[in-house]
Amino acid sequence: MRIAIASGKGGTGKTTVATNLAYVGSRNGRSVVYVDCDVEEPNGHIFLKPDLDGATPVGTLVPKVDESKCIHCGDCGDICQYSAIVSVGDAVLVFGELCHGCGGCSLVCPSGAISEVLHEIGEVHVGSTGPLAFAHGLLRVGQAMSPPVIKAVKAAAPAADLAIIDAPPGTSCPVIESVRDCDFLLLVTEPTPFGLNDLKLAVAMAREMKLPFGVVINRADLGDRETHLYCGNNDIEILTEIPDDRKIAESYSRGELAGEVLPGYRRMFETLLGRIDLRAG
Amino acid sequence: MKELVVISGKGGTGKTSLVASFAALAEKVVLADCDVDAADLHLVLDPKIVRRENFSGGKRARINSDLCTACGKCEEICRFDAISFDGPGNGNADKTYCIDPIACEGCGVCAWFCADKAIEFGPVVNGEWFISDTRRGPMVHAKLGVAEANSGKLVSLVRAEAKKIAEDRKLDLVFIDGSPGIGCPVIASIGGADLVLVVTEPTLSGMHDMGRVADLTRHFGIETVLCINKWDVNEDITLQIEARAIGRGLKLAGRIRYDRAVTEAQIKKLSVVEYVPNGVTNDIRDIWGNVRAALDEAGE
Amino acid sequence: MKIAITATGANLEASVDPRFGRCACFLVVETDDLSFEAVENPNVALGGGAGIQSAQLVASKGVTHVLTGNCGPNAHQTLSAAGIVIVVGCSGVVRDAIEQYKAGQFAATGEPNVASHFGIGRRGGR
Repeated sequence: MRIAIASGKGGTGKTTVATNLAYVGSRNGRSVVYVDCDVEEPNGHIFLKPDLDGATPVGTLVPKVDESKCIHCGDCGDICQYSAIVSVGDAVLVFGELCHGCGGCSLVCPSGAISEVLHEIGEVHVGSTGPLAFAHGLLRVGQAMSPPVIKAVKAAAPAADLAIIDAPPGTSCPVIESVRDCDFLLLVTEPTPFGLNDLKLAVAMAREMKLPFGVVINRADLGDRETHLYCGNNDIEILTEIPDDRKIAESYSRGELAGEVLPGYRRMFETLLGRIDLRAG
Repeated sequence: MKELVVISGKGGTGKTSLVASFAALAEKVVLADCDVDAADLHLVLDPKIVRRENFSGGKRARINSDLCTACGKCEEICRFDAISFDGPGNGNADKTYCIDPIACEGCGVCAWFCADKAIEFGPVVNGEWFISDTRRGPMVHAKLGVAEANSGKLVSLVRAEAKKIAEDRKLDLVFIDGSPGIGCPVIASIGGADLVLVVTEPTLSGMHDMGRVADLTRHFGIETVLCINKWDVNEDITLQIEARAIGRGLKLAGRIRYDRAVTEAQIKKLSVVEYVPNGVTNDIRDIWGNVRAALDEAGE
Repeated sequence: MKIAITATGANLEASVDPRFGRCACFLVVETDDLSFEAVENPNVALGGGAGIQSAQLVASKGVTHVLTGNCGPNAHQTLSAAGIVIVVGCSGVVRDAIEQYKAGQFAATGEPNVASHFGIGRRGGR
């Protein structure tokens, strides 16, 4: 089973929920892997403190041109939608950072002048922490396209009965890539106008992708009641509410797992995991 | 004219609340909400939309099932797992191929190679963008469609329109509310800007993410200042973050205390400085003074 | 000599557009008699690769020199590959900039003079 944790708005507590679910699941004898798909700003390792294997490079395939075979027909530049390859004068130029790795240029080249080479854009690490398996990725600073790294993290993650997928914030391509094949989507929000606005976007995404989902309200006593009303009016199940507890904020700031160090919270995350099991199973 | 971009690496550190407050403190400013896949600035500034346009950031392929002969070439060459054998049948084939519009990268390779010319490939609308009037000045904002890509292109467009307005109306400042992370939309929002303000929080996550975002602004050679929101949640980590930031060549713009009134202001649809008379508002005023000075220096 | 110059409008009295890839218009000018063809730039709003596409466009017009305000690395590389000489730092009215160039007041540049994404959002000077 694959559970993805997403939010729309950043900083609502995705990583708190994801790391604690992975922690309580693995401590209760289940085979669990935590997969951090926020490859731009991964934070799960701060809380789970895994032992990691060496880095595996991740790249996209970009064209390499053998000028001696090129007949300057220009087809490569014509098929490319991203201006990543152009035939101009006596030369063919490749702009690797614009390439999406579709392979069109090498397919279309009539003289076999184009091969593909790996252009590194990030790296993936796998490891473990106690009984819990772990995977995360790092987009190289300055690279724009995170989805290939996200795809690589998911592919590299050790097999387990339960995968907890920690998605990046937002609702666009990196989030889509993270959650696209999950069995259940958990949306973490906070009861503020910003939190609610972005929850609505995340709900629209979940419905568009036809994913079963439920909501966790974090810092539940912080803002107003609008989020509760919205969920009630739209038949959206609130699976749990986490209080606005300064003890959680402080333990989070130090990189501690609430389910491990604070009494009562282990039970809360066990109950949440049980509810998700019922809905997704 | 000077362009200030507010980013954070980590999400939820208070970018939007700070941008809204700066808008209340500054004069002659244009606002640009470049967090196009989870835009929130409009919730505080209550914009009156005066212009609304569709955004088309790319193309997409679609199979005409009447013409598909189910040869399978498209599925074989698609690198994005966007094609499946789930389309409706026609007179020649029991089933045809179809394209998942969410997975389609818009490369057009399938359409190029389809021997039966059964694949249409053309521009699609991925979202909308708006020019609005607010009580704090003009604002450009956008809404990316549900599960759409091309956020970087929409960010570039929002920025370009905000700068046009600043030039046409002789306004001195453009404030850009950025998105979390360090990827495509963030790169599109900072390239060529005059100053970046990084807003972080005193947590190990905030410290880790500040480091990555500082590396990013250095990679693109942009002057960067830092402030710490809710600094009193963990003073030790605040001090550590400030020391690291100085070590990376960032200037410190100040600290903002934790105050639940920040959330109350949001609920009242006001910026913090419009709602709270002192305390946290004084913190933000101090930061704005430092940012203003850094903007004046930038690029001189 | 046939040159391309980036312009904010479709005539010689327009200003030099400081951006290359996202200029409003290319004027393809025969410097001997100042006869010209105005080519509206289709790449103004292109998401990425505007410099590269614009470089290809002017190369297809058979020009030997490009006059503009600023030129980023991708456009520079593409123009150079096409054997086109790049002259940056031009400003003011197009007609004057051409005369100044003919009088030898600008030198060709061997390097891009601005970083990537310079032209995004820019219109006119600052």
